[in-house]
Amino acid sequence: MRPGKRSGLRVLNGQQKNLEGYVGFANLPNQVYRKSVKRGFEFTLMVVGESGLGKSTLINSLFLTDLYSADYPGPSHRIKKTVQVEQSKVLIKEGGVHLLLTIVDTPGFGDAVDNSNCWQPVTDYIDSKFEDYLNAESRVNRRQMPDNRVHCCLYFIAPSGHGLKPLDVEFMRRLHEKVNIIPLVAKADTMTPEECQQFKKQIMKEILEHKIKIYEFPETNEVEEMKLVRKIKDHLPLAVVGSNTIIEVNGKRVRGRQYPWGVAEVENGEHCDFTILRNMLIRTHMRDLKDVTNNSHYENYRSKKLAAVTYNGVDNNKNKGQLTKTETDDGMSPLAQMEEERRDHVAKMKKMEQEMEQVFEMKVKEKLQKLRDSEAELQRRHEQMKKNLEAQHKELEEKRHQFEEEKANWETQQKILEQQKLDSRTLEKNKKKKIF
Amino acid sequence: MASTEIARQAGEGARAVPLSGHVGFDSMPDQLVNKSVNHGFCFNILCVGETGLGKSTLMDTLFNTKFEGEPTQHNQPGVTLKSNTYELQESNVRLKLTVVNTVGFGDQINKEDSYKSIVEFIDAQFEAYLQEELKIKRTLHSYHDTRIHACLYFIAPTGHSLKSLDLVTMKKLDSKVNIIPIIAKSDAISKSELAKFKIKITSELVSNGVQIYQFPTDDESVAEINSTMNSHLPFAVVGSTEEVKIGNKMVKARQYPWGTVQVENENHCDFVKLREMLIRVNMEDLREQTHTRHYELYRRCKLEEMGFKDTDPDSKPFSLQETYEAKRNEFMGELQKKEEEMRQMFVQRVKEKEAELKEAEKELHEKFDRLKKLHQDEKKKLEEKKKSLDDELNTFKQKKTAAELLQNQAQQAGGSTTLKRDKERKN
Repeated sequence: MRPGKRSGLRVLNGQQKNLEGYVGFANLPNQVYRKSVKRGFEFTLMVVGESGLGKSTLINSLFLTDLYSADYPGPSHRIKKTVQVEQSKVLIKEGGVHLLLTIVDTPGFGDAVDNSNCWQPVTDYIDSKFEDYLNAESRVNRRQMPDNRVHCCLYFIAPSGHGLKPLDVEFMRRLHEKVNIIPLVAKADTMTPEECQQFKKQIMKEILEHKIKIYEFPETNEVEEMKLVRKIKDHLPLAVVGSNTIIEVNGKRVRGRQYPWGVAEVENGEHCDFTILRNMLIRTHMRDLKDVTNNSHYENYRSKKLAAVTYNGVDNNKNKGQLTKTETDDGMSPLAQMEEERRDHVAKMKKMEQEMEQVFEMKVKEKLQKLRDSEAELQRRHEQMKKNLEAQHKELEEKRHQFEEEKANWETQQKILEQQKLDSRTLEKNKKKKIF
Repeated sequence: MASTEIARQAGEGARAVPLSGHVGFDSMPDQLVNKSVNHGFCFNILCVGETGLGKSTLMDTLFNTKFEGEPTQHNQPGVTLKSNTYELQESNVRLKLTVVNTVGFGDQINKEDSYKSIVEFIDAQFEAYLQEELKIKRTLHSYHDTRIHACLYFIAPTGHSLKSLDLVTMKKLDSKVNIIPIIAKSDAISKSELAKFKIKITSELVSNGVQIYQFPTDDESVAEINSTMNSHLPFAVVGSTEEVKIGNKMVKARQYPWGTVQVENENHCDFVKLREMLIRVNMEDLREQTHTRHYELYRRCKLEEMGFKDTDPDSKPFSLQETYEAKRNEFMGELQKKEEEMRQMFVQRVKEKEAELKEAEKELHEKFDRLKKLHQDEKKKLEEKKKSLDDELNTFKQKKTAAELLQNQAQQAGGSTTLKRDKERKN
């Protein structure tokens, strides 16, 4: 436990505050420490490689325990027809710290004659662990989620001395975006240091060529840590030797392999890179391996999975526009996306409504106009007929008038004539009367 | 060795194996701590209390610094929340501290809605986190967590009991945030009154079912101190940024004519206890409780509100994909239905309008048919009149010709008569 310091407080950028005197949050790290020990830790390590490369022996050496023993045989002892993925869980304790270690191995990997798709069970396994975590994380009622995701994959390269085999390349390319890959040269005691150097150089060159992304050690500002990281990087891929037997060398009891010409010591830095591996994997970078798995590999899986869900049920043909939209808007949750789609739809409906309304209005106007036109037409015709009739009426009237006038004239004329006649008759009568 | 959560979780599935040497994973807690220190910590405190209870002063005293801000007046129309973020450092630990103050709390005449803005603020921080968590592409590990980790509730030092505003507000907040009630300006209360006051407050809280934050007692290393402190709740505090010389030291204190109240003197007030509990011992636990209890509760309610379930009616667990797909289908169905409805409505309208217009057309034609008929009638009449006129004309003509004929005859006869007469005369 670290003691809390009383003074000598520095300030940071932003809202700088000078703390004079003791506050106490320097004790936060201790609180975190305490809680983490109380909770315990978990780690899942996957080992992949052909049979006989010493995987189980290496695991036993790494964790200084008989994880694989006669009762629990290692992967190479379990003869499988097809590639299986199996896990063994052990609980180990050290210095008050509990670690639930899961070792995932792949018996049968690369052992068949036709090894096409032998990585499939492995990728399926990793994906299924991601899926479990995703489902647990997405539940409505969540509980403390166990982290069974694969945090690290040790890939064993056979010490052929030449380079990577096609199977190696294929496997790593398929898995480098799902899990942290640490390539190892197995059974390094079959090569001389120079051969080993050559081999390593060749492998790293090929890894670069094939654009395989192996686990990247994080950069730090601390000089000491950087030196360590440099050293590890220089030794990649790590050439390892494992052993289950303890041999006495110069009075010391060491793990090693006894040959007629000497003993290859596992923990001797000049004999192999085992110590580097163990220090890196367990003592310094275990936490980072978990963090990279969580923040990088898992998030990749999750975003792909959720993006696929939102594309589901959506017609690909009419969605060219929408696809590009979601690509740029992928900072959203599927729910937010649905919300936005809903808003879009409302806007679309409004527009549709407006359009329909417009069309409707226009048609109505047209029809009304037509009606009015025909009304006007009919009205006009009616007017005309009326005028016609009136004209005829008038004509008739005039004619009658004329006729009446003529008749009247004639009648008066007749009357005059009649009168004249009468008058003349009367005159004649009178004349006759006078004469006599 | 004490059992850990992992050990419990492992249960039957894992065997315990002995180690024959030092492997080195006991550095895991250190690895974790190093990462956290590098990343920095963040802590958010909410201070709820009436204006003038010394909230800002207490914050200044707790963190040994002068946070900014003017003392507020009492005439605020409602309760608003003001938050300020500061970056502090102590030894190698960086802390991003956010202090949120309630401005205007307890000043209004009608305080029924006072708690609302506080609840809304807390919920808004949960919502922001939830949204980030639900994003497709998210960056949770670099997200600035604004959720409130601790709520210091300032109780006015009346010496009698809690105010009803206090009870109402704390009841609304206890399921959303860790509440630590403190008696503010406790130098106004005498020691004996204080003991009674604390008991009264505690019993009122219990009888009203208010869940305040209990310091955790499950970790042996801190169980004892925490349980002792639990019994001292609510803490009676005094805050001061002014220093007074006591003996040969400068201490934070408040000077009265009758004596000096020393802030960090445990006989005078519980300030040191508060600092111990809040910062030195349980800060991490407060953050954890906020995340695993309060936030989960909010999240659960929110998701249930949106219709998410964990199991379908047959109690089979839904996978996330199924849930989202189901939601999506439902959603699309809804949208389509709406579209259909709108279309239908339009079709209906069009039909109606067409019928209307047809009616109008029919009427128009009828009207004009009538008019036409009228015309026809008139024309007929006209024709008749014409005919009769023509008849008259004809008759007249005939009469005329007949008369003329007669006249001619008469004239001729008359002419001969006249001739005769003339002849006779001549004779």
